[in-house]
Formats: sequence, structure tokens, C-alpha cells
Amino acid sequence: MPALPLDEAGKYVAGAYVVFLTLIVVYVAILGAKIARIERDLSDLISEEDE
Amino acid sequence: MIASARTILLKDLRLELRTKESVPAMTLFTLTVYVLFHFGLDRDSLDGELASGVLWVTLLLAAVIGVSRLFAAEREQGGIDGLLLAPVDRTSLFLAKSAALFLFLVAVEIVAVPAFGLLLLGPDLGGALPELLAILALGDLGIASVGALVAALAAETRARELIVPLLLLPLLVPVLIAAAQATEPLLRQEQGPEDLGRWLALLTLYDVVFVLLSVAVFDYLLED
Amino acid sequence: MYSKGFKPLAVATVVTLAAAMALVFFYAPLDADQGFVQKIFYVHVPMAIVSLCGFVAGGIMAIRYLRSGDSSWDLRSYVAIHISIILGVGVLATGAIWARASWGHWWVWDEPVLVSFLVVELLYCVYYPLRFSIEDPERQARYSSVFAIAAGAFVPLNFAAVRMAEAYTHPRVLSQTGGNLPGEMRLTFLVSLLAMALLFVTLWKLELISKHASMQLKRLKRKLAEREAVAA
Repeated sequence: MPALPLDEAGKYVAGAYVVFLTLIVVYVAILGAKIARIERDLSDLISEEDE
Repeated sequence: MIASARTILLKDLRLELRTKESVPAMTLFTLTVYVLFHFGLDRDSLDGELASGVLWVTLLLAAVIGVSRLFAAEREQGGIDGLLLAPVDRTSLFLAKSAALFLFLVAVEIVAVPAFGLLLLGPDLGGALPELLAILALGDLGIASVGALVAALAAETRARELIVPLLLLPLLVPVLIAAAQATEPLLRQEQGPEDLGRWLALLTLYDVVFVLLSVAVFDYLLED
Repeated sequence: MYSKGFKPLAVATVVTLAAAMALVFFYAPLDADQGFVQKIFYVHVPMAIVSLCGFVAGGIMAIRYLRSGDSSWDLRSYVAIHISIILGVGVLATGAIWARASWGHWWVWDEPVLVSFLVVELLYCVYYPLRFSIEDPERQARYSSVFAIAAGAFVPLNFAAVRMAEAYTHPRVLSQTGGNLPGEMRLTFLVSLLAMALLFVTLWKLELISKHASMQLKRLKRKLAEREAVAA
């Protein structure tokens, strides 16, 4: 198949890079949420112990 | 070590001869699958790539049955604890189980390959012969060693029947590739080996890697 | 324990990633045959290489676990495999997009990287059910390690086998690696590869930090509960 014209090709290339970046962002976001929950649990524990 | 391997192997072979659980089921399964392929592909005779593919895929699927049942005797009799209490080193166990699986596969092939020649194969099976035996031998060795490893990995998992095919079949893809590619020119209308050396080399490499790996790693399984 | 050097690593990753993307879009020349679509190569192939190496690394870490009995190696192995699986999904997705853009089909069988990744991902998907169906933590670690080692040895063998099989059809050469790339493309590719490798290590460390912290927290909770039970 001959090379796609720039505007059509652009959509696919953008798609590929968006997939890649989305993968990273979603993964980091999930991890961030996990770590936030751990910190919350920790501070809950500490405040319980202080009582 | 060889002696204890042989003892376990003989026990397994005697058990199979008496209960006839694995080999007849695997053989019947391959024959049934040949019939399925006849209807599914709507073909009376196959040659070349189709023949090679049907032969090898069916064999792999039958192997799944054999692998699932490989430690069944130990499990059902609660004997797996007994097996482990005895001072058997895991290497002997691996050698025995993979040898048993290898022999089961050979037994199945003694019936299934001629049956394939009869039911589905267009060209004459004899023309494929000496080379096909070499491919079967090396392929079976790979299936047997990986099969024993997977059987041990899944032996005490609750989802055993699901995990065995899902683990075994992808792991056997290189065997399938090499065996099917090697067999394909043997089953064409104009039969004759082609590039056999490189596919046999790949099979041998696979076998060496997985036999060594399984022997090294088996000690860490089935240990409680 | 795992957070040493994390910040500089994360910064280096972001910087290299940004540099790579700049090179891809502003420096690397347009490919003569494939045109603009070839730019996908700079994300697809590095992801594939890093993912494959990640699987092998997971196997090597599993060997370290079996020999030392130190469960931190099992954790490292698990996380390496986990991230490689996720990158593998990215490989399949970007590869499919590339196939669609280049040949009009969302899947092509004569692209060895794509095909071997399909097999590898199918295999590694079984890692999770296998691992989590075993409750005893020591046994879980041991069996996971055996799997990681077998699968890690499998990955290069599988790639070789698929490659050999595809050599018989017309290879589409979706993935020209390093070999005969003109200078600017090669530099862009290498920087992209470095960025991907740094990304892997950063995510790996991040996940290790998170898992370690959650394990510590669990242990702390258990100790506190025990202390309360004794006092009561």
C-alpha cells in the first residue's frame, strides 16, 4: 500500500502515541491512588494510637 | 538417581497398563479430532501445510490431556505426601514423569499417525516416514519435558484443569512451529524433506533448554 | 528500601521521554517508503525490546529468589513481569495501529514482533491466576519463580521460532532495528529506546515502593491488633 498522505497518517501516528502515553498516565494514576490510600490508612492508624 | 527414576517410571507404566486412563483417552481424542477436522474443513484429504497443521495441533491438544493426568495418581490416592516423604529427589521424579509422558505420546502416535494417514492424509504416509519419525521423536521430547514441568506447576493449584492448557499450549508454540514446518514438505504431493536440518536444530535447542531448565527447577516444586 | 534514587530517576525519565518525542517529530527524517506512519516505529519497537528484556529480567530475578530465599527478589520479579505485560499490551496496540496504517489490516501474521508478542502475552496472562491461586506466601513465591524462569527462557526461543517461520513468507519488515538505519533515525531510535528503558525502571521502582509500603502497613496493623488482643 502506498504511504498514506500526511493528514491521514497523522491520525494513526497520534493514535499510537496517545495509546502509549495513556498507558503510562493511567498506570501512574492508579499507583498514585494506591499510595494515597496507604498514606491515609497510616495517618488514621497514628491518630488512633494517639487516642 | 536413575534407579529411583526407573522405579517411579515402572510404577507409572504399570498403573497405566492396569487402569488404562491416559493413553486410550488421548488416542480416542485424536481420532475424534480428525473427524472434527474432516467436517470442519469439509475436506476428504489433506496434504502439505494443512495436513501438517492438523496432525500437529491434534497431537498438542491430546498432550494437554496427558499432562493434566500426569500427577493424578499421586493426587487421588493422597499419595503425593507419601511420595514426598520418601527420600526421592525431584530430579528422579522429573525424569520419571517426563519419560512416562514421552512413552504415552509414542503409544498414542503408534495409532494416531497411521490413522491420520488413513483418514485424512492424501499422499502416502510411507513417503514421509524416516524423517517424520525424527520430527516426532524430538517434538515428543519437548512436549514431555515441558509437559512434566507444567503438570508439576499446576499439580496443586485449584484451577488445575484450566491452567494446564493455558500454560502448556503457548509454551509449545515453538515446538509446533518447528514440527509443522518440518513436516509440511514431507506431506506434500511431491514428498521430500526441505530445510529439515534447521527445524530439527530448533527442536533440539528447545529440548535441551527445557530439559536442563526443568531438571534445575524441579527441586523447588512439589515440596511441602 | 526501594525509594533510593527514585526522584532523579523519574526526572531523567521524563526528560529523556520529552527529548525522544522531540527527536521523533522534529529531527528524524521522513521514511521514503512508509512516510509519516513510520514514526510509530519509535514507540512500538523500543516498547517491544524493553518488554522482552523485562520478561527475561523477571526470570533472572526469580532465579535469585530461588537461590537466596529472599522474598524481595520474588517481589522484584513479579513487578518486572507485571510491567512487561502492560508494555506488551502497548506493543500489540501500537503494532495493530501501524499494521492498519501501513497495510489496511488491524492484524498481520507476517510480522514476527507482533505475532511473538501475542503468544508471549497469552502465556504471561496465566501468571496472575497461577500466582494468586496459591495462598501460602512461600509456596506462591516459589511456584511463581519457576513459572517466571520457564517463561523467561521461552521468550527468546519463541521469538526465534516465529522469526524463522516468517522468513518463509514475505517479511514485512515492520520493525527495522538499529541495523541499517541512517544516522538521524538511528540516534532517534536509540534515545527512544533509552527513554523506554528508563520508563520501565521508574515504573518498576514506583510499583515496588507502593507494594512495599502496603506490606509494611499490613504488618503494622497486624502488630497493633495483636497488641490490643493481648492487652484485652
